[in-house]
Amino acid sequence: MAEQFEITDEMREAIGVESPPWVYEVTTTSVRAFARGVGYTDPVYFDVEAAQKAGYRSLPAPPTYLGTPVFIPGQSSDTFSGPAQGGPSLQHGLKGLLDGGTETEYLEQICAGDTLVSTSKIVDLQVRESRSLGKMLITTSQATYTNQQTGKVAAIQRSQAIFY
Amino acid sequence: MGATWDGIEEGSELPVLEKQPGVTQLVKYAAGSGDFNPLHHDFQFPQSKQLGSIIVHGRFKYAALGELVSNWLDHNGRVKKLSCQYRGMDFPDKKVTCKGSVSRKWEESGEKLAEVSIWTEDEDGKKTTPGEAIVVFN
Repeated sequence: MAEQFEITDEMREAIGVESPPWVYEVTTTSVRAFARGVGYTDPVYFDVEAAQKAGYRSLPAPPTYLGTPVFIPGQSSDTFSGPAQGGPSLQHGLKGLLDGGTETEYLEQICAGDTLVSTSKIVDLQVRESRSLGKMLITTSQATYTNQQTGKVAAIQRSQAIFY
Repeated sequence: MGATWDGIEEGSELPVLEKQPGVTQLVKYAAGSGDFNPLHHDFQFPQSKQLGSIIVHGRFKYAALGELVSNWLDHNGRVKKLSCQYRGMDFPDKKVTCKGSVSRKWEESGEKLAEVSIWTEDEDGKKTTPGEAIVVFN
């Protein structure tokens, strides 16, 4: 538990710096794997015919699913599967990590067959104190997912991470 | 039969979705989402030991709230926005009850919209994951 923690100028400089782009694939297999992981029983997320009957091009991405990052050993994070060098890393030295919150805005329908290109950036840093976790660093990141085929932004996701 | 804009009003409740994710379900979610943080499957991981257990992915609960909304809509519309905050931890094999109610219904730029308060409750009825969704009806 951290007694003292301060946001350094170096950390502040990381705000707004855009990460290199990374490819996220939405395939029939990846949509099924996600839907199965959540525990869906709705056939629209598993059966292409059922999806087309419901008016979709192919299996739709269930809410909160924005594709699976292309995994390349050495370039991807072994833990979170996204790019290992996702942008400027904060040298904060805090070991504990918890998810704080997530917000996704959908601008376009996402379906199997789509390829999304994502870039992300840190948009905010805050220090808060909790009774059980001590000083915490709260980072807010924003990722933009652009459909590679249409060039349109399909979704924007803002996520908060808590380091303690 | 999914929800329709004409068929709902402020205060309308979404059909409750009961989840009880065990370790196997969390492993499936890890594989489906690509989130292999050991805190969600490895009891020997230092942070798990410190907490006394592995914990359910916050994002699993977020996705379950998505399922709640998706089941309710039954493809009569689509999600425009979905958010939640992870306020409390949930543990494997414990009930995670997903609930929601319509908080606002309106029309804007020709779209029929509804805002829905959504949340998960643990076995003590504590709201561990409060959130919000905005949906647009077909």
